[in-house]
Amino acid sequence: MLTVSGLKRLHLSVSFDLQDGECVALQGPSGVGKTVLLRSIADLDPNEGTVKLDGVLREAMPAPAWRKQVTYLAAEPGWRSDIVQEHFVAWDNALSLVKRLGLPDDCGPWSIQRLSTGERQRLGLVRALMLRSRVLLLDEPTSALDSASAAAVESLIAERVSNGTSVVWSTHDNAQARRVGSRIFAMRPDGSIEEHRP
Amino acid sequence: MTYIQLSYGDLALPALLVVMDGVLSLVLRLKLEKQLAIATVRMVVQLVLVGYVLTFLFAAVSPLWTALAALIMVLFASREIVARQKRRLPGVWKYGLGAACTLLAAGTVTMFALLTELRPDPWYHPRYALPLLGMMLGNTMTGISLGLDVLTNSLVRERAAVEACLALSATRHQALLPVIRDALRSGFMPILNSMAAIGLVSLPGMMTGQILAGVEPVDAVKYQLLIMFLIAGGTGLGTLAAVLGGAHLLTDHRHRLRLDRIGTEGSS
Repeated sequence: MLTVSGLKRLHLSVSFDLQDGECVALQGPSGVGKTVLLRSIADLDPNEGTVKLDGVLREAMPAPAWRKQVTYLAAEPGWRSDIVQEHFVAWDNALSLVKRLGLPDDCGPWSIQRLSTGERQRLGLVRALMLRSRVLLLDEPTSALDSASAAAVESLIAERVSNGTSVVWSTHDNAQARRVGSRIFAMRPDGSIEEHRP
Repeated sequence: MTYIQLSYGDLALPALLVVMDGVLSLVLRLKLEKQLAIATVRMVVQLVLVGYVLTFLFAAVSPLWTALAALIMVLFASREIVARQKRRLPGVWKYGLGAACTLLAAGTVTMFALLTELRPDPWYHPRYALPLLGMMLGNTMTGISLGLDVLTNSLVRERAAVEACLALSATRHQALLPVIRDALRSGFMPILNSMAAIGLVSLPGMMTGQILAGVEPVDAVKYQLLIMFLIAGGTGLGTLAAVLGGAHLLTDHRHRLRLDRIGTEGSS
């Protein structure tokens, strides 16, 4: 279980619990602080408050170990190498996910530039999923996808959730929020979140 | 050794060449005449002053005065490094990192040369220590400022890539390594280029000076080789320290990228 209490960053002040195998949708207008919240939980920006996984404080472990379990995925993931397969420890193990999300299965040696924005977004998701994290913090993971690809992503994540992964899924799509989230967190301009049931 | 001495009067005719530049600027409306005048006056005053200061230091041969002169040189070098940065480091490190790294690099190789190869008596004799330090400072400064500039600019440009690595549980060292490599490469470029071109395209100033002063060319070459080896070593040390130090300052103990610590360009 992920416990966030009194997390403060800029104008944000947020507390919530996230059970194992639970997916909540995070909503709110652009610029309200959804990305800031997700980044703060992953400890990518300086922030205050206690964040625990199964009762263990994140400060109790080195930050890389925390992020291996609580993984943030940006809407537009960055690429440090220009070759697709260099982003994977074992490209062969990633192939089934690559195919499942409709990416070309021979794209391993390709240049990242050759992929479209939507393909890069799905590849970024595959890369993050390879960590098999306990908690996924997905920042608009289907913002650049057509509805078929978005459905593939939703079903893949739903599978992970049923296997016990917890997910916070930020989205502007109200229908998607109701589909994927067992709860919906609406972020307000004052930096707090309001919980809804879909 | 014999050399042709110059009097101040001998400089009047060559100085007319600068006046010619000024006339050119006026006629072609380049609007450089004011800058040219200031630069010329500065150059004359600075060099004449330094001539007298060195004369004093060479007569005194005092470790204290020599150290003071060296310190002032390092301070000016670190100011120059900051002036060349598009993005500045935070707080005291703005000047501190450059100063510490030039001092470390130029100081180390200068001491190394004084204590092992040149061995003047006493070892801190300003006639050897200060010119040597000056040459080291000038060159390590270039490496350091280039390395830091590439480091900060690449981090800003590659922010998404670096943060993706961090989010995927890389340590700050792993995440920054490609950028650190680029920065180190850039820092090394000037010395690599000048080593390749030396003797063919350019005759270095120090060697030319020794030859004009009557030193045999082959002896002057040996001196120049010593200097080039020292510069290469000093640039490597200084650039490495500055880039690693900069990378450390722009990340924190929780392995976050802290670009908020970079100030943007102020007027220099």
